[in-house]
Amino acid sequence: MDYIYPVNGKYGEYGGKFIPETLFPAIEELEISYNKYKKNKEFQKELFYYLTQYAGRPTPLYFAKNLTDFAGGAQIFIKREDLLHGGAHKTNNTLGQGLLAKKMGKKRIIAETGAGQHGVGTALACAVLGLDCEIYMGAKDTQRQKLNVFRMNILGARVHKVDSGTQTLKDAVNEAIRDWISNVQTTYFLFGSVVGPHPYPMMVRDFQSVIGREIKDQMKKKFGGNFLPDAIVACVGGGSNAMGSFYPFIEDSHVSLYGVEAGGLGLKTTKHCSTLTGGKPGIFHGMKTYLLQDENGQISETHSISAGLDYPGVGPEHSFLKDIKRANYVNCTDKEAIQSFLTLSKYEGIIPALESAHAIHYAIKLARRMKKSEKIVVTLSGRGDKDVETVQNYLDRNKTDSIKN
Amino acid sequence: MKNLNIDGLKSSRIHDTFVDLKKQKTCALICYVVAGYPTIQMSEKIITTLIESGVDIIEIGIPFSDPIADGPVIQSASYQSLTNGTTPEMCIKLCSRLRKKFPKTPILFMTYANILYGTGIKKFLTISKKSGADGFILPDIPVDESADYIKLASDLDLSTIFLVSPNISNDRLSSIISKTTGFIYLVSVFGTTGERKQLEEYTIKKIKEVKKYVRGRLPVSVGFGIGTLEQVRTIVAAGADGIIIGSKIIKIIKDGKNQKEILINLEGFIKHIKIGCKI
Repeated sequence: MDYIYPVNGKYGEYGGKFIPETLFPAIEELEISYNKYKKNKEFQKELFYYLTQYAGRPTPLYFAKNLTDFAGGAQIFIKREDLLHGGAHKTNNTLGQGLLAKKMGKKRIIAETGAGQHGVGTALACAVLGLDCEIYMGAKDTQRQKLNVFRMNILGARVHKVDSGTQTLKDAVNEAIRDWISNVQTTYFLFGSVVGPHPYPMMVRDFQSVIGREIKDQMKKKFGGNFLPDAIVACVGGGSNAMGSFYPFIEDSHVSLYGVEAGGLGLKTTKHCSTLTGGKPGIFHGMKTYLLQDENGQISETHSISAGLDYPGVGPEHSFLKDIKRANYVNCTDKEAIQSFLTLSKYEGIIPALESAHAIHYAIKLARRMKKSEKIVVTLSGRGDKDVETVQNYLDRNKTDSIKN
Repeated sequence: MKNLNIDGLKSSRIHDTFVDLKKQKTCALICYVVAGYPTIQMSEKIITTLIESGVDIIEIGIPFSDPIADGPVIQSASYQSLTNGTTPEMCIKLCSRLRKKFPKTPILFMTYANILYGTGIKKFLTISKKSGADGFILPDIPVDESADYIKLASDLDLSTIFLVSPNISNDRLSSIISKTTGFIYLVSVFGTTGERKQLEEYTIKKIKEVKKYVRGRLPVSVGFGIGTLEQVRTIVAAGADGIIIGSKIIKIIKDGKNQKEILINLEGFIKHIKIGCKI
């Protein structure tokens, strides 16, 4: 299998550039610059320097023995993106795009954020690279992720609270796009996930693929030869940590890929954001992709306990991988995510981000169905300090939820 | 200008309107309203008043949940309309009723791509045509992504009106001219819809450039940020064939204390602006 996507900015029928005309010169300039610097050795060297010396790459691939024993099935390895500087995988992309923006001569950076992890990642990259930074964040998210708002402010970023629409990630993206349209001549839009118009889904995937490449090397080092894991599991909101984990394995067809979406209160309700398992294709935020929408094409209000997954769209490459059946997309409810959050904390001493707890939940479930000799890698996209208040509130409201999976 | 009036089914309303106005030495006045704001019944009265007061072309905005090209005024009206329960079907029925009252006035739908794709683009264009609509303005379908849309719209003889930005290159402009039917929609500013206090110098420069480049193949209408007589006069003097006003109309609707006041204020505003449309 030769996987060479995107072709002309498309992943099969998905992707594309569904953007207002005013943004075209910016998108074309970005595409040309990215294609130039992607192959530039100096640029790659500089990025490698920041990723290793500044951000702490490579991140460990940890054999979670206690979690494996708890699950009682296949061996579970955790890719520790929670240990990356900033506390999540987002830094891989923000350093990459931040450096690119700098090379392009852009001084003002704008970005959207849901959980605040991409906002923090952008703010720290801008601080170290000497760029101005403004972050758009839904009003509801500024409430539930207060800690990250504070971190962004400390890092020198200006946070714009977005009061329109559902006051979550999608509205933050809308507002950032409006800013971009107004200030396109001076401003670089640093998208935080594998979403938006081409070339963003490709570029963010490329910057995040360092996760999957390291997993591959680390597995080979641990087990010798060309050893590869049997399955890879990652959570999917927009889908950047999943795409970065999957991409280097796409042509290794015997490695199963699982993307875990937020099931919220369950797919039978409307309170979820399982775009790939519960949506249908449409056009939104510059791309054709699966969307949660009503019968008239209005974008649905979504729900997840995790702000970072609370988004009605998904990266177009995931839509394509779903249709060609290369990756499997499953979901995990709020309740299951909370349970796994507590399980991982208790058994491994690792407090995961609520986003990543969705992946942990499915990894445990999958391990139970697999042989003890088989190996699963689960990407732990971020750490959970930001979520302790949310979890505490949840537990206070639902006193019967005990620590079990 | 392309004359599309080959048989009775095909629409030449946009073409005829611009030709007639040219003879009268007048720039076309094009007005945008958000359907269902404040109510769908009121939208019908508003549009009726606009046309009877002198508006030449109507844009019916079908509200979308995430209008990324719109500023706060239209965002908030769209949100209000959706909260009232406005559906695309209701907007299409509104067009049918207006078409019966006003057989000659061009009526366009302005909305976002997913409204068409959510229903199925072929079905949506077909029912729009049946309702008497003349064409579409879709700010998030650029020419690069328009192949299906153009094919289907062209089969139904619906105009495909594309937007041109102030930073457009001549190559892109050529491509847009070749795919546009009806008129060129020149976006006057960098930014979203909404009134601006004053016109930018680059806007005037761009109108002249685009007019020169288009060489009379299509009328050029200018929109975004326009709301005063003085602005209209300057744009007309720069050579525009049409003026598009949206947010200012919505603002008048929002500020009116009751239905009667809204309609009186709109009539007054249109008559005032029309003075500036004389070439």
